[in-house]
Amino acid sequence: MSVLIFAEQNGGQLAAASRSAVTCGLELAETVDVLITGADCKPVAAEAAALRGVGRVLVAEADHLGAALAENVAPIIQREAQGYLYVLAGANSNGKNIMPRVAAGLGVQQISDIVSVIDGETFIRPIYAGNALARVRSVDSTRVITVRPTAFEPATGTDGSAAIEAVDPGADSGLVEHQGFQLSGGSGPELGSADIVISGGRGVGSAENFALVTRLAERLNAAVGASRAAVDAGYVPNDYQVGQTGKVVAPALYLAVGISGAIQHMAGMRDSRVIAAINNDPEAPIFEVADYGLVQDLMSALEELEGILATTSSPLGKSA
Amino acid sequence: MKVLVGVKRVVDAYVKIRVRGDGSGVDTANAKMSMNPFDEVALEAAVRLQESGVVTEVLAVSVGPASAHEQLRTALAMGATRALHVAADPALEPLAVAHTLQGICDREAPDLVLLGKQAIDDDCNQTGQMLAALQGWAQATSVSGLELDAGGASVTREIDGGLEHLALRLPAVVSVDLRLNDPRHPKLPDIMKAKRAQIETLTLEELGVDPEPRLSVLEVTEPPRREPGVRVSTVGELVERLRNEAGVLS
Ligand SMILES: Cc1cc2nc3c(=O)[nH]c(=O)nc-3n(C[C@H](O)[C@H](O)[C@H](O)COP(=O)(O)OP(=O)(O)OC[C@H]3O[C@@H](n4cnc5c(N)ncnc54)[C@H](O)[C@@H]3O)c2cc1C
Ligand SMILES: Nc1ncnc2c1ncn2[C@@H]1O[C@H](COP(=O)(O)O)[C@@H](O)[C@H]1O
Repeated sequence: MSVLIFAEQNGGQLAAASRSAVTCGLELAETVDVLITGADCKPVAAEAAALRGVGRVLVAEADHLGAALAENVAPIIQREAQGYLYVLAGANSNGKNIMPRVAAGLGVQQISDIVSVIDGETFIRPIYAGNALARVRSVDSTRVITVRPTAFEPATGTDGSAAIEAVDPGADSGLVEHQGFQLSGGSGPELGSADIVISGGRGVGSAENFALVTRLAERLNAAVGASRAAVDAGYVPNDYQVGQTGKVVAPALYLAVGISGAIQHMAGMRDSRVIAAINNDPEAPIFEVADYGLVQDLMSALEELEGILATTSSPLGKSA
Repeated sequence: MKVLVGVKRVVDAYVKIRVRGDGSGVDTANAKMSMNPFDEVALEAAVRLQESGVVTEVLAVSVGPASAHEQLRTALAMGATRALHVAADPALEPLAVAHTLQGICDREAPDLVLLGKQAIDDDCNQTGQMLAALQGWAQATSVSGLELDAGGASVTREIDGGLEHLALRLPAVVSVDLRLNDPRHPKLPDIMKAKRAQIETLTLEELGVDPEPRLSVLEVTEPPRREPGVRVSTVGELVERLRNEAGVLS
């Protein structure tokens, strides 16, 4: 009874960020319990119950929980948190939105976006856009924590058999009305968990040119990312943004094309295993962190890349 | 309607910070300080609502050292109606800031609280959600679209998969993302006028806030440095090295 994970679904599946939170929880205790809220939770509850290390799965199911509004979900987490020492969630958009509301309800100071567990009360979290790492110790009786997904491998396993229990879904708060999602719905792998990420910046120049980046990503089964400048210029939707205020990624390969390497951009990709950069300015700061740097016009480089890959690799990218 | 805007004094976004060698923290002594960039966006949104006649009063609030007067004067120059400083040194954690803002909400009864989505020093992304919880109000975070009328607020939020549209009952707390607007640069006459303007003050005691931190920072270190890489001279060489040296391409 010491770790509760608030887990969420993503297209009917347990979100990768929630699986990472489970892994983090298993560093704090031998088993963890999982709380799921939503309008239809059955497939996700079954998925969570099968994970290695999960003790119980609590499910709050009702129509008004379909959109994960903080006003409706936080009181459920707060109520179920009684008796737990830790309440964890992935630091994705739902976790960031909901968990501080839970923490304030419990009267505790949340620990945001941790990247490692030192011991039961000490954690490491990045500050100043990842330019410093703070080791912090919490004195609160319940520790409400969001977990940086890229810092913990997503939990796996399909042989667990946790009990699934229904809990009170509460009532709609009446404070907020959900009026719809407008999802960008790309077809490739998820930006947060892809093996390869190819990001384009302002240097790409236009939405039409950005299609070259997207095509290359498709060929490599890579996710497409972008700098804030590229998003603001309208080349791609907002949820492609990588950085301090966008998504944090840590793929095996991050290829930055026409991105200068501002502090705020690096905050979102500096933990990638291999960084490669294509930029026509030899002085661009991105080259200070790139393992492989190519000084060249990006249009010609993208065309050559496509040519080489077309003749020498399978369209599925990285093979086993 | 009345809007309260949170204004935090932070190290400027374009300063490369220095971590102290002894692990005691980040050296901010001589760094350029600014208004948190997200708070500039929040303030700009409030001022535009005032200019369009929907809002009649914009109260800028900063909790922090006396030097935060500088950022409050910037807020006044940008168009805030009033500025309020709550002295707190050392800095408060988000929960204590939320308690402070709660105390101010009780006195001022704003219809809307506009904050930044995160402070770029602590990167917590908590204060707005905490204030909403303490008040039992509606919340919307990472907002990139905002319309306000007496009936409520219509907002667009940036979320992982795209956008979400919400209608909030007032009063509410909204935390803003950078794409909501482009904050103005205050004009010289407004800057001069703001220099002479009065800044109201309140103490944590008057607001009944316990400033005691719940998190102690044991050590601050630099993240591991990346070894300098190599320059390749052709696309062919890049692909060859990514495949055979790094093993990240098939
Ligand atoms: C509070 C705050 C938060 C922020 N958060 C984020 C964030 O989360 N993510 C983020 O990305 N940014 C963020 N930013 C913005 C950030 O500071 C930079 O402005 C942004 O990252 C720049 O994007 P860019 O590298 O695409 O554009 P630029 O800096 O304009 O760089 C474009 C690059 O393309 C190169 N180039 C141009 N033409 C070509 C060509 N033909 N061939 C090859 N190379 C070419 C240029 O040499 C240049 O290096 C934030 C800023 C603030 C203040
Ligand atoms: N000391 C403060 N004074 C005024 N506003 C603050 C303060 N701290 C946080 N805020 C507001 O809360 C937002 C989020 O901060 P944080 O939760 O620390 O990331 C900021 O963008 C500000 O709008």
